[in-house]
Amino acid sequence: MARDPAHPRPGFSRRIFLGSSGAVAAGAGLAGGAQAQAQQDPAVAPEALSKVTFTLNGKRRTLAVEPRTTLVEALRDTLGMTGTKIGCNHGQCGACTVLMDGRRVNSCLILALTTEGAEIVTVEGLADPGGTLHPMQAAFAEKDAFQCGYCTPGQILSAIGCIEEGHAGSAAEIREYMSGNLCRCGAYPNIVAAIEAVRDEQEG
Amino acid sequence: MDNFAFFRPTSVAEAIDLASGDQKRDFLAGGTTMVDLMKLAVQRPGGLVDITGIKELESYEIGPGRLRFGALARMAVVADDADLREACPALTEALWKAASPQLRNVARLGGNILQRTRCPYFRDTAYTQCNKRDPGSGCAALEGGVTSLHAILGGSEHCVAMYPGDWAQALIAFDAEVRTRGPGGSRTIPFADLHVLPGDSPEVETILEKGEIIISIEVPVVPAMRASHYLKARDRESYAFASASAAVGLELDGETVKDARIALGGVASVPWRAGAAEEVLRGRTFSEALAREAGRAAFADATPLEHSAYKIPLGADVVAGALMTAHARARAGAKGED
Repeated sequence: MARDPAHPRPGFSRRIFLGSSGAVAAGAGLAGGAQAQAQQDPAVAPEALSKVTFTLNGKRRTLAVEPRTTLVEALRDTLGMTGTKIGCNHGQCGACTVLMDGRRVNSCLILALTTEGAEIVTVEGLADPGGTLHPMQAAFAEKDAFQCGYCTPGQILSAIGCIEEGHAGSAAEIREYMSGNLCRCGAYPNIVAAIEAVRDEQEG
Repeated sequence: MDNFAFFRPTSVAEAIDLASGDQKRDFLAGGTTMVDLMKLAVQRPGGLVDITGIKELESYEIGPGRLRFGALARMAVVADDADLREACPALTEALWKAASPQLRNVARLGGNILQRTRCPYFRDTAYTQCNKRDPGSGCAALEGGVTSLHAILGGSEHCVAMYPGDWAQALIAFDAEVRTRGPGGSRTIPFADLHVLPGDSPEVETILEKGEIIISIEVPVVPAMRASHYLKARDRESYAFASASAAVGLELDGETVKDARIALGGVASVPWRAGAAEEVLRGRTFSEALAREAGRAAFADATPLEHSAYKIPLGADVVAGALMTAHARARAGAKGED
């Protein structure tokens, strides 16, 4: 798609467009007779939409996706949850990191159909319902662990995974086990500081 | 990405039937390579047979005489296993020094050993010459390309793509075997026979047949495993493919080398056992000079390409450095037993 920053189209947001088209697709899939197949279809034809049900931030969600739809596309385009970012789209930058069954994963390399029954946590699911930030979110703010913020949702989920896996023992270990998340602004020292602070809080 | 049919078998037999029933179908495990290459249109399967529902393939055992890894065990889970770290540090290190935590959480061991080359010309379909992607089309790397990431061992005039994996080097060093099942039944393949040299058909990368599925990877325990090490030199400290790497193991009798295992990563077309370098060590008194001699021997038959000559001295140093660490581990182990 050609982009002309000098002539933005008023009233048209890419996000709104994708969100609404995704909802239509999901609706068509669920209501579409032959295509509204039983959960966990043993076989899905290339052109077919198939149902997948997972838990997203504590809520069960059922949606219809094509076989080629990735988890990050399902989250952003079908469900409108745009907190999870697409950076490289090839598993190299970590911007799309989410937790899946407690493990941090690159959601750009996960086919949505393979998430049946999974527990997915995205950045939208971290703060409590009252709006109090998750300790890792608070630490990122406190330690100034970002500049532009694009990699931040992925960094935060990866940081939570890093501590959870027991790989935040030292600054060197944190650097090694956070290497799947790139920050082009170079906020790395502050990201390490935020993770150390949360680790110390949890231990203390 | 092109669309494709999607299948979810729950048994090995069903998976074999589905994958062997159609030439255009491939197995899908963790998908970290497959989905990446599908986005690049390098792989365009008509159907994916998702085998991750076959839970029996996820288990692994670190036994006293044998290590057995189910094909669907996750890299991260096995990398963090304390028993494996003690039994064979090289197998642990070759896992955690590969990829990123996110990828290791998803990638499975069977898929890992089948990881495809990172040759930039293979991965970029804008280059029409690639004998691996399109047999007979040529080789953009050899025909004026940048060859800094290419194989200096095992390549052919048709393909110099490098095998990029790490874990395979530790497996080949310790005589692993691969157990498979396919339309023709079950078989056990010595790890060293699994991958095939590019020769004049670089599109063929393994001896696996259509619909043949890896069940497990098994490794007989030998004393040299305890004093083993995987050393990986790369352009950045973490999350990068090897510029040169070595999986080594030593068994000492006093200071005399009883058994030596050496395999090379980042330099060859396939997982590469350096038998000549092992021979340099066997029966001789270990020293840094001997380790360096072994390092040089490992690359005696290397053919440097225009931009990859650096891999020869680097690789020799990596072999020597890995042996020094393995030697220190062997000495520490001997002290522990006194």
